[in-house]
Amino acid sequence: MKAATAGYVRATSLSHAVTLLAASKGQARLLAGGQSLVAAMNLRLAGETALIDINGLSELGGITADGAVLRIGALTRHRELATSPLVASLAPAIAQAAPLIAHAAIRTRGTIGGSLAYADPAAELPACMLALGATIVVAGPQGLRRVAAEDFFVDLFTTALAEDEMITAVEVPFAEPGERQATLELARRSGDYALAGIVLARKADGPRIAFFGVGPTARLARSAMAVLASGGDGEAAAAVLDRDLDPPDDVHAPAAVRLHLARVLLRRALAATQTGDA
Amino acid sequence: MTDMPPDFARKVDIRLTVNGETVEARVDAGRHLVDFLRLDLGLTGAHAGCEHGVCGACTLKVDGDIVRGCLVLAAQLDGAEVWTVEGLTDSGALADLQDAFVARNALQCGFCTPGMLVAAADLLADGGVPSRAEIREHISGNYCRCTGYEAIVDAIETVARARAGTEAAA
Ligand SMILES: Cc1cc2nc3c(=O)[nH]c(=O)nc-3n(C[C@H](O)[C@H](O)[C@H](O)COP(=O)(O)OP(=O)(O)OC[C@H]3O[C@@H](n4cnc5c(N)ncnc54)[C@H](O)[C@@H]3O)c2cc1C
Ligand code: FES
Ligand code: FES
Repeated sequence: MKAATAGYVRATSLSHAVTLLAASKGQARLLAGGQSLVAAMNLRLAGETALIDINGLSELGGITADGAVLRIGALTRHRELATSPLVASLAPAIAQAAPLIAHAAIRTRGTIGGSLAYADPAAELPACMLALGATIVVAGPQGLRRVAAEDFFVDLFTTALAEDEMITAVEVPFAEPGERQATLELARRSGDYALAGIVLARKADGPRIAFFGVGPTARLARSAMAVLASGGDGEAAAAVLDRDLDPPDDVHAPAAVRLHLARVLLRRALAATQTGDA
Repeated sequence: MTDMPPDFARKVDIRLTVNGETVEARVDAGRHLVDFLRLDLGLTGAHAGCEHGVCGACTLKVDGDIVRGCLVLAAQLDGAEVWTVEGLTDSGALADLQDAFVARNALQCGFCTPGMLVAAADLLADGGVPSRAEIREHISGNYCRCTGYEAIVDAIETVARARAGTEAAA
Protein backbone atom coordinates (compact mmCIF):
# COMPACT_ATOMS: atom_id res chain seq x y z
CA MET A 1 0.00 0.00 0.00
CA LYS A 2 1.10 3.56 -0.56
CA ALA A 3 1.39 6.34 1.96
CA ALA A 4 -1.35 8.95 1.95
CA THR A 5 0.24 12.35 2.30
CA ALA A 6 -1.54 15.65 2.66
CA GLY A 7 1.61 17.65 2.09
CA TYR A 8 5.26 18.03 2.90
CA VAL A 9 7.41 20.87 4.14
CA ARG A 10 11.08 21.02 5.04
CA ALA A 11 11.66 22.85 8.31
CA THR A 12 14.58 25.28 8.08
CA SER A 13 15.10 25.96 11.80
CA LEU A 14 13.86 24.75 15.15
CA SER A 15 11.57 27.77 15.51
CA HIS A 16 10.25 27.18 11.98
CA ALA A 17 9.43 23.58 12.89
CA VAL A 18 7.65 24.63 16.09
CA THR A 19 5.72 27.35 14.23
CA LEU A 20 4.60 24.87 11.55
CA LEU A 21 3.61 22.35 14.19
CA ALA A 22 1.53 24.92 16.09
CA ALA A 23 -0.08 26.27 12.89
CA SER A 24 -1.14 22.81 11.73
CA LYS A 25 -3.17 22.23 14.91
CA GLY A 26 -2.49 18.55 15.28
CA GLN A 27 -2.90 17.70 11.60
CA ALA A 28 0.82 17.47 10.79
CA ARG A 29 3.47 15.08 12.05
CA LEU A 30 7.17 15.61 12.39
CA LEU A 31 9.18 13.38 10.05
CA ALA A 32 12.47 12.29 11.64
CA GLY A 33 13.82 8.86 10.62
CA GLY A 34 10.43 7.88 9.24
CA GLN A 35 11.06 4.29 10.31
CA SER A 36 7.84 4.16 12.31
CA LEU A 37 5.90 7.02 10.74
CA VAL A 38 6.32 6.09 7.06
CA ALA A 39 5.65 2.45 7.93
CA ALA A 40 2.40 3.50 9.64
CA MET A 41 1.48 5.70 6.68
CA ASN A 42 2.11 2.80 4.29
CA LEU A 43 -0.26 0.68 6.35
CA ARG A 44 -2.71 3.60 6.29
CA LEU A 45 -2.73 3.53 10.07
CA ALA A 46 -1.81 7.18 10.26
CA GLY A 47 -4.60 8.56 8.05
CA GLU A 48 -3.74 11.28 5.54
CA THR A 49 -0.75 12.95 7.11
CA ALA A 50 0.99 16.25 6.46
CA LEU A 51 4.70 16.03 7.13
CA ILE A 52 7.18 18.46 8.64
CA ASP A 53 10.62 17.14 7.70
CA ILE A 54 13.08 18.02 10.48
CA ASN A 55 16.07 16.18 8.99
CA GLY A 56 17.77 19.40 7.92
CA LEU A 57 17.94 20.84 11.45
CA SER A 58 21.59 20.59 12.47
CA GLU A 59 20.73 21.96 15.94
CA LEU A 60 18.98 18.63 16.62
CA GLY A 61 22.14 16.59 16.00
CA GLY A 62 25.30 15.94 17.92
CA ILE A 63 26.42 13.98 20.97
CA THR A 64 28.32 16.08 23.53
CA ALA A 65 29.59 15.68 27.09
CA ASP A 66 28.31 18.77 28.82
CA GLY A 67 29.14 19.21 32.54
CA ALA A 68 27.75 16.09 34.19
CA VAL A 69 25.40 15.06 31.39
CA LEU A 70 25.67 13.48 28.00
CA ARG A 71 23.57 15.57 25.63
CA ILE A 72 22.21 13.59 22.68
CA GLY A 73 20.41 15.55 19.96
CA ALA A 74 16.96 14.31 18.93
CA LEU A 75 18.08 13.52 15.36
CA THR A 76 20.90 11.24 16.47
CA ARG A 77 20.48 8.02 14.51
CA HIS A 78 20.50 4.61 16.19
CA ARG A 79 23.70 3.73 14.32
CA GLU A 80 25.46 6.78 15.81
CA LEU A 81 24.38 5.67 19.30
CA ALA A 82 25.92 2.28 18.61
CA THR A 83 29.26 3.65 17.43
CA SER A 84 29.81 6.79 19.56
CA PRO A 85 32.78 6.45 21.97
CA LEU A 86 31.13 9.05 24.26
CA VAL A 87 27.96 6.97 24.54
CA ALA A 88 29.99 3.78 25.07
CA SER A 89 31.90 5.26 27.99
CA LEU A 90 29.32 7.56 29.62
CA ALA A 91 26.03 5.72 28.97
CA PRO A 92 26.98 2.14 28.07
CA ALA A 93 23.39 0.87 28.41
CA ILE A 94 22.46 3.03 25.39
CA ALA A 95 25.42 1.73 23.38
CA GLN A 96 24.27 -1.81 24.17
CA ALA A 97 20.63 -1.01 23.33
CA ALA A 98 21.21 0.58 19.91
CA PRO A 99 22.32 -2.57 18.02
CA LEU A 100 19.21 -4.36 19.35
CA ILE A 101 16.93 -1.90 17.54
CA ALA A 102 15.61 -3.28 14.24
CA HIS A 103 18.07 -4.02 11.41
CA ALA A 104 21.12 -2.22 10.05
CA ALA A 105 19.23 -0.50 7.21
CA ILE A 106 16.68 0.84 9.72
CA ARG A 107 19.27 1.97 12.26
CA THR A 108 20.87 4.24 9.65
CA ARG A 109 17.66 6.32 9.56
CA GLY A 110 15.79 5.88 12.87
CA THR A 111 16.43 8.56 15.50
CA ILE A 112 16.40 8.70 19.29
CA GLY A 113 13.88 11.57 19.24
CA GLY A 114 11.52 9.58 17.02
CA SER A 115 11.82 6.50 19.18
CA LEU A 116 11.06 8.40 22.41
CA ALA A 117 8.18 10.37 20.86
CA TYR A 118 6.68 7.20 19.40
CA ALA A 119 6.92 5.49 22.81
CA ASP A 120 6.48 1.93 21.65
CA PRO A 121 6.25 -0.20 24.82
CA ALA A 122 8.69 -2.72 23.33
CA ALA A 123 11.28 -0.11 22.31
CA GLU A 124 14.70 -0.12 23.97
CA LEU A 125 15.44 3.58 24.27
CA PRO A 126 12.54 4.69 26.51
CA ALA A 127 13.65 2.08 29.07
CA CYS A 128 17.23 3.36 28.82
CA MET A 129 16.00 6.87 29.63
CA LEU A 130 14.14 5.58 32.72
CA ALA A 131 16.98 3.44 34.06
CA LEU A 132 19.59 6.15 33.50
CA GLY A 133 17.43 8.93 34.96
CA ALA A 134 17.52 11.00 31.77
CA THR A 135 15.76 14.29 31.09
CA ILE A 136 13.91 14.91 27.83
CA VAL A 137 14.36 18.45 26.46
CA VAL A 138 11.24 19.69 24.72
CA ALA A 139 10.65 22.79 22.56
CA GLY A 140 7.26 24.47 22.10
CA PRO A 141 5.81 27.87 21.35
CA GLN A 142 6.67 28.97 24.92
CA GLY A 143 10.30 27.91 24.61
CA LEU A 144 12.14 24.97 26.12
CA ARG A 145 11.12 22.76 29.03
CA ARG A 146 12.76 19.75 30.60
CA VAL A 147 10.77 16.63 31.49
CA ALA A 148 12.12 13.79 33.63
CA ALA A 149 11.89 10.47 31.79
CA GLU A 150 9.70 9.15 34.63
CA ASP A 151 7.08 11.78 33.75
CA PHE A 152 7.51 11.53 29.99
CA PHE A 153 6.16 8.07 29.15
CA VAL A 154 2.49 8.28 30.03
CA ASP A 155 0.80 5.31 28.37
CA LEU A 156 0.78 3.12 25.28
CA PHE A 157 2.22 5.29 22.46
CA THR A 158 1.50 8.34 24.64
CA THR A 159 3.99 10.83 26.03
CA ALA A 160 3.89 14.10 27.94
CA LEU A 161 4.47 16.00 24.67
CA ALA A 162 1.75 18.54 23.84
CA GLU A 163 0.45 18.73 20.27
CA ASP A 164 2.69 21.71 19.51
CA GLU A 165 5.84 20.41 21.18
CA MET A 166 8.84 18.46 19.95
CA ILE A 167 11.89 16.77 21.44
CA THR A 168 15.17 18.58 20.83
CA ALA A 169 17.56 16.45 22.89
CA VAL A 170 17.98 14.17 25.87
CA GLU A 171 20.32 14.74 28.80
CA VAL A 172 21.70 11.57 30.36
CA PRO A 173 23.66 11.77 33.63
CA PHE A 174 27.15 10.29 33.25
CA ALA A 175 27.60 6.77 34.54
CA GLU A 176 29.26 6.95 37.98
CA PRO A 177 32.86 5.77 38.25
CA GLY A 178 32.65 1.98 38.56
CA GLU A 179 28.98 1.85 37.61
CA ARG A 180 28.08 -1.16 35.47
CA GLN A 181 25.17 -1.04 33.04
CA ALA A 182 23.46 -3.70 30.94
CA THR A 183 20.73 -3.80 28.31
CA LEU A 184 19.43 -7.28 27.51
CA GLU A 185 16.39 -8.58 25.69
CA LEU A 186 14.71 -11.71 24.41
CA ALA A 187 13.27 -11.59 20.90
CA ARG A 188 12.13 -14.30 18.51
CA ARG A 189 14.45 -13.13 15.75
CA SER A 190 17.34 -10.68 15.74
CA GLY A 191 15.92 -7.23 14.98
CA ASP A 192 12.38 -8.00 16.04
CA TYR A 193 10.79 -6.09 18.86
CA ALA A 194 11.59 -7.74 22.19
CA LEU A 195 9.19 -10.09 23.99
CA ALA A 196 10.79 -8.68 27.14
CA GLY A 197 13.80 -6.50 27.83
CA ILE A 198 15.70 -4.94 30.72
CA VAL A 199 18.02 -2.00 31.32
CA LEU A 200 19.99 -2.16 34.56
CA ALA A 201 22.27 0.54 35.98
CA ARG A 202 24.18 -0.38 39.16
CA LYS A 203 24.64 2.89 41.01
CA ALA A 204 26.35 3.39 44.37
CA ASP A 205 23.06 3.99 46.20
CA GLY A 206 21.27 1.03 44.61
CA PRO A 207 20.42 -0.27 41.16
CA ARG A 208 17.97 1.30 38.75
CA ILE A 209 16.02 -1.23 36.71
CA ALA A 210 13.68 -0.55 33.80
CA PHE A 211 11.78 -3.13 31.77
CA PHE A 212 10.36 -2.87 28.26
CA GLY A 213 7.97 -5.06 26.31
CA VAL A 214 6.13 -6.17 29.44
CA GLY A 215 3.46 -3.47 29.80
CA PRO A 216 1.93 -0.44 28.09
CA THR A 217 5.08 1.64 28.65
CA ALA A 218 8.64 1.09 29.69
CA ARG A 219 8.64 1.15 33.48
CA LEU A 220 10.89 1.15 36.53
CA ALA A 221 10.78 -1.97 38.71
CA ARG A 222 10.58 -0.07 41.98
CA SER A 223 9.87 -3.02 44.29
CA ALA A 224 12.78 -5.00 42.90
CA MET A 225 15.00 -1.89 43.12
CA ALA A 226 14.04 -1.46 46.79
CA VAL A 227 14.80 -5.11 47.59
CA LEU A 228 18.25 -4.86 46.01
CA ALA A 229 19.00 -1.44 47.56
CA SER A 230 18.36 -2.86 51.01
CA GLY A 231 20.73 -5.78 50.47
CA GLY A 232 18.34 -8.41 49.11
CA ASP A 233 19.68 -10.80 46.48
CA GLY A 234 18.62 -11.38 42.90
CA GLU A 235 16.18 -14.15 43.83
CA ALA A 236 14.43 -11.89 46.32
CA ALA A 237 14.24 -9.13 43.72
CA ALA A 238 12.93 -11.50 41.04
CA ALA A 239 10.30 -12.73 43.48
CA VAL A 240 8.71 -9.29 43.81
CA LEU A 241 8.68 -8.45 40.09
CA ASP A 242 4.97 -9.28 39.88
CA ARG A 243 4.37 -6.15 41.97
CA ASP A 244 6.20 -4.01 39.41
CA LEU A 245 5.06 -5.52 36.14
CA ASP A 246 1.64 -6.36 34.78
CA PRO A 247 2.33 -7.74 31.31
CA PRO A 248 -0.51 -8.23 28.81
CA ASP A 249 -1.66 -11.51 27.33
CA ASP A 250 -1.32 -11.17 23.58
CA VAL A 251 -0.71 -13.15 20.42
CA HIS A 252 3.05 -13.17 21.03
CA ALA A 253 3.11 -14.47 24.59
CA PRO A 254 0.86 -15.01 27.60
CA ALA A 255 1.39 -12.71 30.59
CA ALA A 256 2.93 -15.50 32.67
CA VAL A 257 5.57 -16.13 30.01
CA ARG A 258 6.53 -12.46 29.86
CA LEU A 259 6.81 -12.26 33.63
CA HIS A 260 8.99 -15.36 33.59
CA LEU A 261 11.19 -13.83 30.87
CA ALA A 262 11.49 -10.64 32.92
CA ARG A 263 12.76 -12.67 35.88
CA VAL A 264 15.26 -14.50 33.66
CA LEU A 265 16.49 -11.17 32.31
CA LEU A 266 16.82 -9.68 35.80
CA ARG A 267 19.06 -12.58 36.89
CA ARG A 268 21.12 -12.31 33.72
CA ALA A 269 21.51 -8.54 33.99
CA LEU A 270 22.58 -8.80 37.64
CA ALA A 271 25.15 -11.43 36.68
CA ALA A 272 26.38 -9.32 33.76
CA THR A 273 26.93 -6.28 35.97
CA GLN A 274 28.45 -8.13 38.92
CA THR A 275 31.43 -6.21 40.24
CA GLY A 276 34.33 -7.74 42.14
CA ASP A 277 33.02 -6.81 45.59
CA ALA A 278 29.30 -7.19 44.92
CA MET B 1 -7.34 17.45 4.65
CA THR B 2 -8.52 21.02 4.88
CA ASP B 3 -7.02 24.25 6.17
CA MET B 4 -3.39 23.21 5.99
CA PRO B 5 -1.06 26.20 6.05
CA PRO B 6 0.19 27.00 2.54
CA ASP B 7 3.75 25.91 3.39
CA PHE B 8 2.75 22.28 2.85
CA ALA B 9 3.22 21.11 -0.76
CA ARG B 10 1.72 18.04 -2.39
CA LYS B 11 4.45 18.03 -5.04
CA VAL B 12 8.10 18.52 -4.21
CA ASP B 13 10.97 19.38 -6.55
CA ILE B 14 14.13 17.39 -5.98
CA ARG B 15 17.57 17.22 -7.57
CA LEU B 16 19.75 14.26 -6.67
CA THR B 17 22.21 11.85 -8.19
CA VAL B 18 21.18 8.29 -8.93
CA ASN B 19 23.95 5.86 -9.86
CA GLY B 20 26.21 8.83 -10.52
CA GLU B 21 23.84 10.72 -12.82
CA THR B 22 21.99 13.91 -11.96
CA VAL B 23 18.22 13.55 -11.81
CA GLU B 24 15.68 16.35 -11.45
CA ALA B 25 12.11 15.47 -10.68
CA ARG B 26 8.85 16.71 -9.25
CA VAL B 27 7.47 14.01 -6.98
CA ASP B 28 4.34 13.41 -4.96
CA ALA B 29 5.02 14.18 -1.32
CA GLY B 30 4.24 10.59 -0.35
CA ARG B 31 6.27 8.88 -3.10
CA HIS B 32 8.59 6.22 -1.64
CA LEU B 33 12.16 6.12 -2.78
CA VAL B 34 11.69 2.57 -4.09
CA ASP B 35 8.64 3.58 -6.15
CA PHE B 36 10.39 6.70 -7.42
CA LEU B 37 13.22 4.51 -8.70
CA ARG B 38 11.03 1.75 -10.10
CA LEU B 39 8.08 3.66 -11.51
CA ASP B 40 9.50 7.08 -12.33
CA LEU B 41 13.07 6.15 -13.34
CA GLY B 42 12.53 2.58 -14.56
CA LEU B 43 15.20 1.21 -12.20
CA THR B 44 13.42 -1.96 -11.16
CA GLY B 45 16.34 -3.67 -9.42
CA ALA B 46 15.23 -2.81 -5.91
CA HIS B 47 12.03 -4.71 -5.15
CA ALA B 48 9.02 -3.64 -3.14
CA GLY B 49 7.90 -6.52 -0.96
CA CYS B 50 6.24 -5.79 2.35
CA GLU B 51 6.38 -1.97 2.16
CA HIS B 52 6.68 -1.66 5.89
CA GLY B 53 10.33 -2.22 6.54
CA VAL B 54 10.28 -5.89 7.41
CA CYS B 55 11.52 -7.83 4.36
CA GLY B 56 14.55 -5.87 3.10
CA ALA B 57 13.79 -6.41 -0.62
CA CYS B 58 13.96 -2.62 -1.12
CA THR B 59 17.42 -2.14 0.46
CA LEU B 60 19.33 0.70 -1.27
CA LYS B 61 22.23 3.01 -0.59
CA VAL B 62 21.65 6.66 0.24
CA ASP B 63 24.62 8.89 1.00
CA GLY B 64 26.75 5.83 1.69
CA ASP B 65 24.34 4.12 4.10
CA ILE B 66 21.97 1.26 3.44
CA VAL B 67 18.32 2.22 3.91
CA ARG B 68 14.83 0.84 3.36
CA GLY B 69 13.57 2.23 0.06
CA CYS B 70 10.00 1.80 1.30
CA LEU B 71 10.55 3.90 4.45
CA VAL B 72 12.29 6.87 2.85
CA LEU B 73 10.38 9.45 0.82
CA ALA B 74 11.80 10.72 -2.46
CA ALA B 75 10.86 14.24 -1.32
CA GLN B 76 13.50 13.93 1.40
CA LEU B 77 16.31 13.25 -1.05
CA ASP B 78 17.06 16.67 -2.45
CA GLY B 79 20.86 16.74 -2.80
CA ALA B 80 21.28 13.05 -1.92
CA GLU B 81 23.38 10.42 -3.63
CA VAL B 82 21.51 7.18 -4.33
CA TRP B 83 22.96 3.89 -5.55
CA THR B 84 20.82 1.00 -6.73
CA VAL B 85 21.79 -2.56 -7.56
CA GLU B 86 21.97 -1.53 -11.25
CA GLY B 87 24.54 1.19 -10.59
CA LEU B 88 26.53 -0.95 -8.19
CA THR B 89 26.54 -3.73 -10.81
CA ASP B 90 27.76 -1.40 -13.58
CA SER B 91 30.52 -0.11 -11.32
CA GLY B 92 31.71 -3.68 -10.71
CA ALA B 93 31.36 -3.26 -6.94
CA LEU B 94 29.16 -6.35 -6.66
CA ALA B 95 30.80 -8.58 -9.28
CA ASP B 96 32.52 -11.00 -6.89
CA LEU B 97 29.39 -11.23 -4.70
CA GLN B 98 27.21 -11.88 -7.73
CA ASP B 99 29.56 -14.59 -8.97
CA ALA B 100 29.59 -16.20 -5.53
CA PHE B 101 25.78 -16.09 -5.32
CA VAL B 102 25.60 -17.95 -8.63
CA ALA B 103 28.34 -20.41 -7.71
CA ARG B 104 26.82 -21.19 -4.31
CA ASN B 105 23.23 -21.39 -5.55
CA ALA B 106 22.35 -18.48 -3.24
CA LEU B 107 19.48 -17.31 -5.39
CA GLN B 108 16.44 -19.18 -6.53
CA CYS B 109 13.57 -16.92 -7.61
CA GLY B 110 15.86 -13.92 -7.11
CA PHE B 111 13.26 -11.66 -5.50
CA CYS B 112 15.34 -11.02 -2.39
CA THR B 113 18.67 -11.00 -4.24
CA PRO B 114 19.10 -7.26 -4.99
CA GLY B 115 18.46 -6.38 -1.33
CA MET B 116 20.70 -9.23 -0.14
CA LEU B 117 23.54 -8.06 -2.39
CA VAL B 118 23.30 -4.45 -1.25
CA ALA B 119 23.15 -5.49 2.42
CA ALA B 120 26.05 -7.93 1.97
CA ALA B 121 28.19 -5.36 0.19
CA ASP B 122 27.56 -2.96 3.09
CA LEU B 123 28.79 -5.55 5.60
CA LEU B 124 31.90 -6.39 3.58
CA ALA B 125 32.73 -2.71 3.03
CA ASP B 126 34.10 -2.64 6.58
CA GLY B 127 36.80 -5.15 5.57
CA GLY B 128 37.83 -8.20 7.54
CA VAL B 129 36.12 -11.58 7.57
CA PRO B 130 32.90 -11.48 9.57
CA SER B 131 31.85 -14.64 11.40
CA ARG B 132 28.85 -16.55 10.12
CA ALA B 133 26.93 -15.22 13.12
CA GLU B 134 27.83 -11.65 12.15
CA ILE B 135 26.76 -12.31 8.56
CA ARG B 136 23.44 -13.71 9.78
CA GLU B 137 22.95 -10.72 12.07
CA HIS B 138 23.62 -8.25 9.26
CA ILE B 139 21.18 -9.88 6.84
CA SER B 140 18.62 -10.60 9.57
CA GLY B 141 16.43 -7.85 8.07
CA ASN B 142 16.36 -9.48 4.62
CA TYR B 143 13.80 -12.22 4.01
CA CYS B 144 14.40 -14.93 1.44
CA ARG B 145 11.09 -16.64 0.71
CA CYS B 146 12.97 -19.41 -1.07
CA THR B 147 14.86 -19.87 2.21
CA GLY B 148 18.29 -19.86 0.64
CA TYR B 149 19.89 -18.54 3.81
CA GLU B 150 22.59 -21.21 4.24
CA ALA B 151 23.76 -20.70 0.66
CA ILE B 152 23.57 -16.92 1.01
CA VAL B 153 25.74 -16.98 4.13
CA ASP B 154 28.15 -19.32 2.29
CA ALA B 155 28.41 -16.92 -0.64
CA ILE B 156 29.03 -13.87 1.53
CA GLU B 157 31.61 -15.72 3.61
CA THR B 158 33.41 -16.94 0.48
CA VAL B 159 33.73 -13.39 -0.84
CA ALA B 160 34.89 -12.04 2.52
CA ARG B 161 37.65 -14.67 2.64
CA ALA B 162 38.62 -14.13 -0.99
CA ARG B 163 38.84 -10.37 -0.51
CA ALA B 164 40.87 -10.73 2.68
CA GLY B 165 43.16 -13.20 0.90
CA THR B 166 43.74 -10.88 -2.04
CA GLU B 167 44.45 -8.00 0.28
CA ALA B 168 46.87 -10.05 2.33
CA ALA B 169 48.59 -11.18 -0.88
CA ALA B 170 48.71 -7.67 -2.35
C1 LIG C 1 10.92 -3.64 10.80
C2 LIG C 1 11.10 -2.66 11.93
C3 LIG C 1 11.58 -3.12 13.15
C4 LIG C 1 11.75 -2.23 14.22
N1 LIG C 1 12.24 -2.72 15.38
C5 LIG C 1 12.43 -1.87 16.41
C6 LIG C 1 12.95 -2.33 17.65
O1 LIG C 1 13.29 -3.50 17.82
N2 LIG C 1 13.09 -1.42 18.66
C7 LIG C 1 12.75 -0.11 18.50
O2 LIG C 1 12.90 0.67 19.43
N3 LIG C 1 12.27 0.35 17.35
C8 LIG C 1 12.11 -0.49 16.30
N4 LIG C 1 11.62 0.02 15.13
C9 LIG C 1 11.26 1.45 15.03
C10 LIG C 1 12.46 2.28 14.65
O3 LIG C 1 13.47 2.11 15.59
C11 LIG C 1 12.18 3.77 14.55
O4 LIG C 1 13.38 4.32 14.14
C12 LIG C 1 11.76 4.53 15.77
O5 LIG C 1 10.80 3.96 16.57
C13 LIG C 1 11.16 5.86 15.34
O6 LIG C 1 12.16 6.74 15.08
P1 LIG C 1 12.16 7.60 13.76
O7 LIG C 1 13.24 8.59 13.92
O8 LIG C 1 12.22 6.73 12.58
O9 LIG C 1 10.78 8.39 13.87
P2 LIG C 1 9.64 8.70 12.84
O10 LIG C 1 9.11 7.46 12.26
O11 LIG C 1 10.09 9.76 11.92
O12 LIG C 1 8.56 9.31 13.84
C14 LIG C 1 7.88 8.53 14.80
C15 LIG C 1 6.92 9.44 15.57
O13 LIG C 1 7.66 10.34 16.39
C16 LIG C 1 7.38 11.69 16.03
N5 LIG C 1 8.65 12.42 16.14
C17 LIG C 1 9.79 12.17 15.45
N6 LIG C 1 10.78 12.99 15.89
C18 LIG C 1 10.26 13.76 16.87
C19 LIG C 1 10.78 14.78 17.72
N7 LIG C 1 12.05 15.19 17.65
N8 LIG C 1 9.94 15.36 18.61
C20 LIG C 1 8.65 14.94 18.69
N9 LIG C 1 8.10 13.99 17.93
C21 LIG C 1 8.90 13.40 17.02
C22 LIG C 1 6.81 11.61 14.63
O14 LIG C 1 6.00 12.71 14.34
C23 LIG C 1 6.06 10.31 14.67
O15 LIG C 1 4.82 10.49 15.28
C24 LIG C 1 11.44 -0.85 14.05
C25 LIG C 1 10.97 -0.39 12.82
C26 LIG C 1 10.80 -1.27 11.76
C27 LIG C 1 10.32 -0.74 10.45
S1 FES D 1 9.60 -3.53 0.85
FE1 FES D 1 10.88 -2.34 2.10
S2 FES D 1 11.41 -3.71 3.65
FE2 FES D 1 9.95 -4.84 2.57
S1 FES E 1 15.75 -16.31 -3.81
FE1 FES E 1 13.59 -16.26 -3.79
S2 FES E 1 13.22 -14.89 -2.17
FE2 FES E 1 15.30 -15.26 -1.96
